[in-house]
Amino acid sequence: MIEAAIRKRFAAGEESGAFELDVAFRAAAGVTVLFGPSGSGKTLTLDSIAGFVRPDAGRIVLDGEALFDSEAGVNLPPQRRRCGYVFQNYALFPHMTLRENLEFAASRLPKKERRGRVEAMLETFRLAELAGRRPHEVSGGQQQRCSIARTLLAGPRLLLLDEPARGLDAPLKEELYAVLRQVREEFGTPILLVTHDLEECFALGEEMLVYSGGRIVQRGAPAAVLEEPATPEVARLLGRLQVLEAEGAGGGKLRLAGHEVAHDGTGLPAGEKATVYVRPDRLRAVPAGAAQADAGGLRAELDRVVEGPRVVRLEFRCGLRVEMPAGEYRRHGDNREWVIRFPEGSIGIFRRGRGR
Amino acid sequence: MEIDWFPLWLSLRVAAISTAIAVLAGVGIAYLLANKEFRGREALDAAVTLPLVLPPTVLGYYLLVVLGRNGPLGKLYESVTGEPLVFTWKAAVVAALFHSGPLLIKSARAGLESVDHTYERAARNLGAPEWKVFWRVTLPLARRSIFAAAALAFARALGDFGITIMIAGNIPGRTQTVAVAIYDAVEAGNGALARTLVLVISATALTVLWIANRYGPGRARA
Repeated sequence: MIEAAIRKRFAAGEESGAFELDVAFRAAAGVTVLFGPSGSGKTLTLDSIAGFVRPDAGRIVLDGEALFDSEAGVNLPPQRRRCGYVFQNYALFPHMTLRENLEFAASRLPKKERRGRVEAMLETFRLAELAGRRPHEVSGGQQQRCSIARTLLAGPRLLLLDEPARGLDAPLKEELYAVLRQVREEFGTPILLVTHDLEECFALGEEMLVYSGGRIVQRGAPAAVLEEPATPEVARLLGRLQVLEAEGAGGGKLRLAGHEVAHDGTGLPAGEKATVYVRPDRLRAVPAGAAQADAGGLRAELDRVVEGPRVVRLEFRCGLRVEMPAGEYRRHGDNREWVIRFPEGSIGIFRRGRGR
Repeated sequence: MEIDWFPLWLSLRVAAISTAIAVLAGVGIAYLLANKEFRGREALDAAVTLPLVLPPTVLGYYLLVVLGRNGPLGKLYESVTGEPLVFTWKAAVVAALFHSGPLLIKSARAGLESVDHTYERAARNLGAPEWKVFWRVTLPLARRSIFAAAALAFARALGDFGITIMIAGNIPGRTQTVAVAIYDAVEAGNGALARTLVLVISATALTVLWIANRYGPGRARA
């Protein structure tokens, strides 16, 4: 169990504005994802926990032991924190072989056990045949595995992973996720993982902390956060939702993108304005010719089409976006006029004063 | 022409010994300046830079005051070893040390600072005590820069004139280094000797610089 409350201010510099990190969270065994854009304080949080950066104020407690406590004047050096850190560029010592890298980390173990543990780790992480090579002589994925193995050998009570999948291609990412799931099962330590990749949150995270501008703006299971983002900011960070201004039109209708839309999910009173999020993947669109006139919906003119491998995104003149499976789009063929429908759950509303 | 090679051998020996001392002490000082925050860091930085900007004779004068037979360290040295330090070949080593040490510290510091701190963080994170971080990570990663710094220091130590003449003097066969011998030869109108020594010392310095570039940083990967 890790409990952290961290405050750290940076005055405005020549090239950067002032920045303040002010976060508090606790995490038990399992993967907790720190999600957010670059510069939102995620890595700074890891660095504070590892002891590379000294917070201005706060308390960091790991398994009941204070690693840092500004009031009690506690600030353990990194060596004594036993927070295993897997660095973004792996940070394998370039002048040592993979085996020497592991041996470096094993020096806490009793002498007799070291050799066996190093060999076992090399075996577990499929590095045995590469053990005599230097880091630059093996692939990125192999460096990654070596870096995780090295970290685990030092006997951490907590794992800190800084964008572990950065620079890996899709198959290597899958492999990394498998390794991390295995680590989660076998080592039973809390794992804090920094990423700005939503896929990664879903692949690994049980709990998600959404960072923005040095604050945690939302926390919860990744699916829950995606289902109901707390603020327009979070919705934008998630990247899949469309954030729009809307106004209640009475009679269960909503004025959106310049049109009245039948949708009673938001319950917005007539005349009241609010920011809403629209899920492009839940909107339905059919060619105007094929739509039944009485079924309602919004007539919209297609502006452009962005084709992806599995999903096609239709962008309409009115500003709305609709995602549909590529196969479905192909069946409909070329059409300029479409009718957009808003099923339940496709529009959500941000209520003021929530989330923060 | 009979050429007396003693000054050359003396210079090489003095440069080698002073470089060895400069590496041992200088790398430590460079590490402190590069990595540690402590009181007096600025003062230490200024102190090791000063010899680079002071005229050698001024530096030599200070050293004479401190190391001379009536100077505090000079007296101490004499009471321990039974002989004076100044106007011996050992004083020439001290002179070479002050002439080349600051350069070594400057370049070693730049080398140590250029080591990616992520590696040092990683080592600490794995539980390595500070001495181990230095010996196993920082130093090996900076070894090419330090080697180059040592080569530069050696080349510079070969050529000191001002400090040497102030504290080691110009005693042929005892404290007369190459730089001093060249001056002497020119003064005495012995152009052939001067030319020979000048060429030999130039070739030596060029060779050392070539080695420093060949094996220094930036050629092959660490």
